[in-house]
Amino acid sequence: MAQITTLPEAIDRSVHNGNKIALEGFTHLIPFAAAHEIIRQKKKNLTLIRMTPDIIYDQMIGMGCAKKVVFSWAGNPGVGSLHRFRDAVENSWPNSIEIEEYSHAAMANAFVAGAAGLPIAILRGFLGDDLGKISENVKILKCPFSGERLSAIPAINPDVGIIHAQKADRNGNVLIEGIVGVQKETVLSAKCSIVTVEEIVDDLETHINAVVIPNWAINYIAAVPHGSYPSYTFGYYKRDNKFYTSWDKISRNRETFIAWTKKHILDLVPPSKLETRNA
Amino acid sequence: MHEVNYTTDEMMTIAASRKLENGQVCFVGIGLPSAAANLARLTHAPDIILIYESGTLQTEPNVLPLSIGDSELSENALTNVSVPEMFRYWLQGGHIGLGFLGAAQIDRFANINSTIIGGYQKPEVRLPGAGGAPEIATHCHEIFIIIRQSKRNFVEKLDFITSFGHGKGNGNRKELGIKTLGPTRVITDLCILEPNTETFELTVTAIHPGVNRKMILDSTGWPIQFAENVELSPAPTESELSALRNLQNKSLESHFHET
Repeated sequence: MAQITTLPEAIDRSVHNGNKIALEGFTHLIPFAAAHEIIRQKKKNLTLIRMTPDIIYDQMIGMGCAKKVVFSWAGNPGVGSLHRFRDAVENSWPNSIEIEEYSHAAMANAFVAGAAGLPIAILRGFLGDDLGKISENVKILKCPFSGERLSAIPAINPDVGIIHAQKADRNGNVLIEGIVGVQKETVLSAKCSIVTVEEIVDDLETHINAVVIPNWAINYIAAVPHGSYPSYTFGYYKRDNKFYTSWDKISRNRETFIAWTKKHILDLVPPSKLETRNA
Repeated sequence: MHEVNYTTDEMMTIAASRKLENGQVCFVGIGLPSAAANLARLTHAPDIILIYESGTLQTEPNVLPLSIGDSELSENALTNVSVPEMFRYWLQGGHIGLGFLGAAQIDRFANINSTIIGGYQKPEVRLPGAGGAPEIATHCHEIFIIIRQSKRNFVEKLDFITSFGHGKGNGNRKELGIKTLGPTRVITDLCILEPNTETFELTVTAIHPGVNRKMILDSTGWPIQFAENVELSPAPTESELSALRNLQNKSLESHFHET
């Protein structure tokens, strides 16, 4: 049964040094506030799993949270490179990171396998490309019925799966609208899950086919308004494209990155903590 | 008739949009493919069906998306499906006719690199990686690629094959059990290339106005071949140019000047 709590408490209880964690959201609903809390709590040696590392993992990598990154497309969407990710891969700064790389199709399949409790995902993929050749996690499999050559990759089962969503009701049932990415799979494949929401409401006011995750499938819920900013939450606020563009300049240089992070992440008391203090 | 001024990028986008057909189901990459596909939808192909990998099925954005997951795409879609559903059912299931990709580097057999420059373990340049491209390249019935042409990105040998085109040439796709056609057209800022029907090597089939063969040779990392009959691409018309510029200005306005 989901426990409604504060974000700092949810992170403190769930995320431990050395964990494999997935913070998902396909360009939409990226759980930035949760990532910033993980940075503030100085979690280390994490395996960061995410289809599109985006600015969120660029920040975590630059702040030394990552030991390994599992991904399928590591760019700043619509802008260019992720400079902190590249600095870690190319120059081992602030530490060297291992990478485990897939295609989107493969990673989406691996999340589905994880959610379905299967050890592997099977797809018609890695045909002719070098990713299949260099990766130890891609194996060729012969279909026992048709004889077709297929690819198998291990399922993704994070220790902690973290997503952002529009809202939860007071019982902790969560509604997700718009681009839903692998949000549901992230929660269901993880051993422990955290969902941050824009607001907690009396009634989700949903129709019967909406994407809803029931409270008994989630561990922690925290209300964090603007919790996906500078990504967006459909129905609440837009993606801050100017910030995504300006991140290129902020992150290109180690010093400007550190100064920005200190001001905008480390020195900030998270809103949820503030609420608890005032209560 | 007075001369219309345009850039080589505009020529490339317009040449690509002309090759898209009304009613076609098209899996669209972000950036150049998205600009050309939406231009086609706003001009000669109003019923083209555009699909983006974020799960936005049959979307009609009013402005070009900056990212693959902009709300512009989801709000104007017929429906939004999950990313696993998109790749498993719609793409792998064989429901999409045309895949339209961009690329960082390409070779003579239309294989694409978007992963690394240099060695994989210690790359000189780490590029974003595969994204949806490898499976788009093998599961869509055919593939168009749009890319600016220069010696830097039209290379003799790729450091990494991210997405498989025609591999080592004729028959290589079949040997691997790939049933789809693969890249049938590459559209650049200089010309249009198509695989030779026997060797599957990319050959120049149309040249854009103001471009000559030497410019194409000088911008290609291998001794590029020309087809027997090379066409001249018609210059952009005023209506094509104004549709493209309106779309791009509207998009910039929407992404960066909103209060």
